Amino acid sequence: MAGPDPERAAAVRAALAVGLAVAAYGLSFGALATASGLDLWQTCVLSLFMFSGGSQFAVIGVLASGGLAAAPAAIVGSTLLGARNALYAMRMGPIIGGPWWRRLLAAQWTIDESTAVGTAQPTLRGQRIGFWATGAIIYVGWNLTTLVGALVGDLLGDVRAYGLDAAAAAAFLGLLWPRLRTRQPIAVAAGAAVVAALTLPFLPPGVPVLLAAVVAVVVGVTNWLGPAAPAGTGASGAPALDRDAGL
Amino acid sequence: MTTWNVVLLAAVLVLALKIAGYLVPARVLERPTPARVATLLTVALLAALVVTQTVQGDGAHPLAIDARLPALGVSAVLLVLRAPFIVVVVAAAVVAALLRLAGWMA
Repeated sequence: MAGPDPERAAAVRAALAVGLAVAAYGLSFGALATASGLDLWQTCVLSLFMFSGGSQFAVIGVLASGGLAAAPAAIVGSTLLGARNALYAMRMGPIIGGPWWRRLLAAQWTIDESTAVGTAQPTLRGQRIGFWATGAIIYVGWNLTTLVGALVGDLLGDVRAYGLDAAAAAAFLGLLWPRLRTRQPIAVAAGAAVVAALTLPFLPPGVPVLLAAVVAVVVGVTNWLGPAAPAGTGASGAPALDRDAGL
Repeated sequence: MTTWNVVLLAAVLVLALKIAGYLVPARVLERPTPARVATLLTVALLAALVVTQTVQGDGAHPLAIDARLPALGVSAVLLVLRAPFIVVVVAAAVVAALLRLAGWMA
């Protein structure tokens, strides 16, 4: 496997491993999206243009429980979940380089996985190859599997009978899990879960989720339970890439 | 607001955030607080979504304990065992579907 260009081979290998595993999420997204009331086109448009798993699941999750009355909460929730992509973009900007249109193209593919694989490579060239290869593999795979999942989801009748509502909860847990490595995110997750559970009976669907975001702001600003030395080791917003990531 | 409005508006906003990140000078990243808040936001929202997706009921009973809860428990165990994402999701669906088929916690 180690051809004449080990730098390139390593980056592409990482991209393939992560990309193929993640593309499989698309199946569950497609099926859950149609189950939550989106049609085939709406489901595919989300994967083509939004292209950010957590945000996409948030849109369909909130719409499924609150209907169109929860539309503002669905939009705000998915946007807040997408805020980390802006962070990744800041990290990738100097790596991508080149003319403005190249960074514009890169923007669409700037997600957890492409940033993780890109920034994990030792050389600038490897970082670029890793980013573009992962972005391309996931973009194609995610959209194809979304389409297949949506077609399958359309064939199913009562989605509760197939446990698809439980699958959505598991999907959120699966997205959350790899982020719970240190005390601070664990505390935030626990606090957010409590806030959501306590306010759920009294607020319209979707709003408890937004209220839980306050926990992140409070802990983030005060850096409660955070590392003593600020800013760490240039960890600046790049997601870690490791075997635990559930990828 | 139609479903199409939601889909398009949400998609445009998420894409705009990605583009905005490339327009911001890199030194903003040196400041730890915005970076920390953005990272923790993801964690808080996902954790809240796990809860609402698991126990949200309908208008009459906003809280509902049903087959979703044991299904989520199974998926948590699988995550501890490092099962792949797709296995975790499918297992939750299967557990909930079987419990409902058996008439438990419908």
